[in-house]
Amino acid sequence: MLIAAVLVLIVLGSLLFHFLSPWWWTPIASNWGYIDTTLIVTFWITGAVFTAVVLFVAYCLLRFRHQPGRRAAYEPENRRLELVLTVGTAVGVAAMLAPGLVVWAQFVQVPEDAAEVEVVGQQWQWSYRLPGEDGRLGRADTRLITPENPLGISPHDPSGQDDVIVEAADLHLPVDRPVKVVLRSVDVLHDFYVPEFRAKMDMIPGAVTYFWFTPTRTGTFEILCAELCGVGHAFMRGYVVVDTEQDYQAWLGQQTSFASLTGGAARADAAP
Amino acid sequence: MATTIHGHGPAETVPPAETADVELYHPHSWITRYVFSQDAKVIAIQYSLTAMAIGFVALFLSWLMRLQLAFPGALEFIDADAYYQYITMHGMIMVVYLLTALFLGGFGNYLIPLMLGARDMAFPYANMLSYWIYLLAVLVLVASFFTSDGPTGAGWTLYPPQAILPNTPGQDLGIVLMLVSLALFIIGFTMGGLNYVVTVLQGRARGMTLMRMPLTIWGIFTATVMALLAFPALFVGAVMMLFDRLLGTSFFMPAIVQMGEQLSYGGGSPILFQHLFWFFGHPEVYIVALPAFGIVSDLIATHARKNIFGYRMMVWAIVIIGALSFIVWAHHMYVSGMNPYFGFFFATTTLIIAVPTAIKVYNWVLTLWRGDIHFTPPMLFAIGFIVTFLNGGLTGMFLGNVVVDVPLSDTMFVVAHFHMVMGVAPILVIFGAIYHWYPKITGRMFNDLLAKLHFWVTFLGAYLIFFPMHYLGLLGIPRRYYEMGETAFVPASTVTLNEFITITALVVGAAQFLFLFNMFWSLRHGRPAGGNPWRATTLEWQTPQTPPAHGNWGRELPVVYRWAYDYSVPGAAEDFIPQNQPPSPTERREAAT
Ligand code: HEM
Ligand SMILES: [Cu+2]
Ligand SMILES: [Cu+2]
Repeated sequence: MLIAAVLVLIVLGSLLFHFLSPWWWTPIASNWGYIDTTLIVTFWITGAVFTAVVLFVAYCLLRFRHQPGRRAAYEPENRRLELVLTVGTAVGVAAMLAPGLVVWAQFVQVPEDAAEVEVVGQQWQWSYRLPGEDGRLGRADTRLITPENPLGISPHDPSGQDDVIVEAADLHLPVDRPVKVVLRSVDVLHDFYVPEFRAKMDMIPGAVTYFWFTPTRTGTFEILCAELCGVGHAFMRGYVVVDTEQDYQAWLGQQTSFASLTGGAARADAAP
Repeated sequence: MATTIHGHGPAETVPPAETADVELYHPHSWITRYVFSQDAKVIAIQYSLTAMAIGFVALFLSWLMRLQLAFPGALEFIDADAYYQYITMHGMIMVVYLLTALFLGGFGNYLIPLMLGARDMAFPYANMLSYWIYLLAVLVLVASFFTSDGPTGAGWTLYPPQAILPNTPGQDLGIVLMLVSLALFIIGFTMGGLNYVVTVLQGRARGMTLMRMPLTIWGIFTATVMALLAFPALFVGAVMMLFDRLLGTSFFMPAIVQMGEQLSYGGGSPILFQHLFWFFGHPEVYIVALPAFGIVSDLIATHARKNIFGYRMMVWAIVIIGALSFIVWAHHMYVSGMNPYFGFFFATTTLIIAVPTAIKVYNWVLTLWRGDIHFTPPMLFAIGFIVTFLNGGLTGMFLGNVVVDVPLSDTMFVVAHFHMVMGVAPILVIFGAIYHWYPKITGRMFNDLLAKLHFWVTFLGAYLIFFPMHYLGLLGIPRRYYEMGETAFVPASTVTLNEFITITALVVGAAQFLFLFNMFWSLRHGRPAGGNPWRATTLEWQTPQTPPAHGNWGRELPVVYRWAYDYSVPGAAEDFIPQNQPPSPTERREAAT
């Protein structure tokens, strides 16, 4: 008896909490509105199933509770019912999976015109590298890291000379232009996560990972590390500033290139 | 003359198998009876008590973590180092040393021989060793609390490179003890696990066909087979990581510059460890879930006085879930940086598993339909399980569907999800199961009122802890955060929510002492239970003595004539017919036609 009432309350309470509580996602600032849509579709389908099943259980508990003289029915199987439920579930699952996979196909295919931006993680700070005028990032290797060359850019790769290095400062991105974020780590796993962009990806030492997105509104957004990276994990923060095109160009003009950082010495070594 | 024994039809009487000279193997001293015992029932109790003792340590750690999350910095001794150590030990203890050990070592040992009509496990000596090695593994794990730099704080996933490098607590000894302890656990488990499998396949009483086994046994059996296949991946990972840590190899270690210093590692692959870990880790979820599925089916059938609905479908669902769970592991790695094209495959396999899982939920619910439901503590816990498992299974639809996982991965949403589905739900089954079999194990009834109080606080409290937590994750609060600090997108109201969750967690934790008290108090003061207080059909309730003596069955082994779910059979005098009750004349006549 009591338990049936409590189950009804659980359903009502959960629904009320869902619709009324102040805790919800942050306003989106990227093109991944599709992800939000898929999430909402999933909420509706799963919410409906939860409500229906729990209420049905509550009904059974009330209706079929033990009373003197009551005897349970004897029905080992019901092929038809089992088939209907199986097919119904399969359809519901497909209704969530199909849009999910369509959006994932977009997520894994980086647009041709996406600009590359490299993010490098280390305990516990973020650094960035932009490709410079040639539009290409120079090769890099953890083994090449020195105090003068904190990101381990190969001095022998000419396309690395004009790379723009941003260390211990904010990353700026122009609004409405797709970016391919290329991720590296020099020590342990990290994860580049900006809740407003919805996307995130781990950074692995010894490997290069990536994801892409298009910032859709200007503003300053906090970067969190979302993969346990030692005791400073919770404090590994940074900021992405999404600028208008003019602001972005102004910011870019003030940045230093790899060549000027190493005082041109690197270029001298670059001879074969 | 019908001699086939199949399905749940009645069968011809078969003569009992010849009884071996059981006297020979009975223990002759207190030590061989209670300490180095080879009796599966004693080993089961040893396993269960050890698992629960270490489980209370994990519970205590969860209190400390929750206090830190709600009142950051209030307890001075909880610094970031300590917080990560608590997380790691809490997670690992709960999953491996409590749940796995309790379901397989505890319930497996107690129930397999009794429910199948066997005298004991196939290899009692190996079974005994299994427990002692498990105990050693627990002691090694506990020892890491007493080393100079404490236990490892690498997270229960132990991801390298971080797990074996400085800046992670317990880097010196803690991680070594953790890996050694895991290796020991796996060795001990293998001895027990082989026993369970062989006993199920070879030790069944006459007439106990596979398709007449109670679902509890199907769950434990399938989970054991899975564990025997999955744990080796963890074993290999642990040994290789030990080599990386102690011998300077680089299985999982690429070139690394830490704090400006070039380390001597190079060439290894951190992500390889993640594959090994989750190749074990995902099946592990079902190693915990399948025994719970099985047990809860039997609790529901018994206390609703009704046959489990769709028995054959339930068996196949267990087997299919077990098989599929070996090809979904990388859903834990959608944002790990593995080739993103894997996402298509793993999202599809993961969502396919939802179908057999949903069938199980439907069948539990349909078993209640037109039942005769007794709200005993085991039934209440089973209902609690259905609600929390359903909730956690449905949030799995978010995390399994690769794009939806991207924003939620590594946030508190994940913490809420897995606590609901593999923390709370199986724990509720464990409590239900303990209340259900306590009368058989001890011969006495527990206190009903205390048990119900325990249920209400635990079930409602756990729901209140973990349901709202999903929304913190949706907001964007990452998991494994020592403290959130000032973060622009996090409203101040989350502090209130965190305080609420913590206070509820303290209450739920405290309620577990009600359970402990009840168990110990009733040992002496509970009223005598009799052999079959729930009027259940399965064999363990039909033993000549309660608690069952060594050898379980006295002189003659039981013979099985029917499936495990003959409740409320039309025309039968009682509302249950034990599995070892020969067919009545009417049943015989029906079978002949
Ligand atoms: C009332 C009971 C429980 C409470 C209050 C609780 C609380 C917590 C908290 C606060 C965390 C850390 C969250 C974070 O900062 O990331 C955590 C992690 C975890 N818990 Fe629990 N927990 C409980 C029961 C359980 C149970 C029964 C299990 C068994 C499966 C479990 C398994 C885990 C695991 C695997 C982790 C992850 C550890 C990691 O991130 O490495 N917990 N729990
Ligand atoms: Cu981190
Ligand atoms: Cu999994």
